[in-house]
Amino acid sequence: MALHASTLKIGDTYEELVAENLSRTQIVQYAGASGDYMPLHTDEVYAREIAGYPGVFAHGMLSMGATGAMLTNWVGDGHLTEYSARFTRQVWPGDDLLAKATITNIIQENGETLAEMDVLTTNQDGQSVISGKATARIDA
Amino acid sequence: MAEFKFPVDASQIMLFARAVGDKNPIYHDSEYASGTEVKGIVAPPTFVQASAQYDPKFPLRPAIGQPWFGSGKEATGTPKPKEQPKEKSEKKNSDSARMLHAEQQYIYHKPIRPGDDLSVTTKRGNSWEKEGRRGGTMSFSETITEFRDSKGELVVTATSVGVTTGKAVSQD
Repeated sequence: MALHASTLKIGDTYEELVAENLSRTQIVQYAGASGDYMPLHTDEVYAREIAGYPGVFAHGMLSMGATGAMLTNWVGDGHLTEYSARFTRQVWPGDDLLAKATITNIIQENGETLAEMDVLTTNQDGQSVISGKATARIDA
Repeated sequence: MAEFKFPVDASQIMLFARAVGDKNPIYHDSEYASGTEVKGIVAPPTFVQASAQYDPKFPLRPAIGQPWFGSGKEATGTPKPKEQPKEKSEKKNSDSARMLHAEQQYIYHKPIRPGDDLSVTTKRGNSWEKEGRRGGTMSFSETITEFRDSKGELVVTATSVGVTTGKAVSQD
């Protein structure tokens, strides 16, 4: 399932729609699975009246997790060596998320061939919600 | 600093993968998983977040019998920060209400599998301040968490950057 260095080049991309019309219920589901019950994400009353937001929004880690599905679908299970994300904008109920990876470099390190990539997840308005990087082991 | 155990089981992995919308069968179908390159169920890339369930002091989980800052009868179960008398105000609580996750990094050393009994060690990293356009003065702080298996070998290193904003982050 691994990617092959021979068929991969800098600039190659892969993308997947990783959330469609994101529901408040999925945000609650993520709270339950991760154990992060921050009321900003799970409690509409608190988010509006106490924190001053228009309503609840998704955990950044929900978007990073969803984006991770795109990565492992492309590079294969157990191939990631590094994955990082900056949360650049909030993700709201109803959002669609498109996750995309772009190969930026192919390197040799400690006898392994690694593909380095930029990761970008955008909402339905094309605004970035996650800007990150990943590195994966590929076949030489 | 903080240290606790994080036992990993298959149902936890399944629930976590569902919650992030990842339908890869490697996270729940052991028969399928045994025929793959990794030869069994493994955890998805951001799974170590679920270790919060085992962190005895995790502040973003209601503690049984204790007031919770989310809504109940009122919009919050604890006094609003500005209503708290200065000397009694617990800085940590009011901060956690404004604490947002700014960045997250994982370094993967080996796959996490059901049955792993991970030891979790957390230490503080750097901290810094920045004037932000959207959220007033922003205070950043880094937390580094190491997940080790029962042999003491590193499985995942996670670095989280949290940001505390002066006010709610504006939407423009």
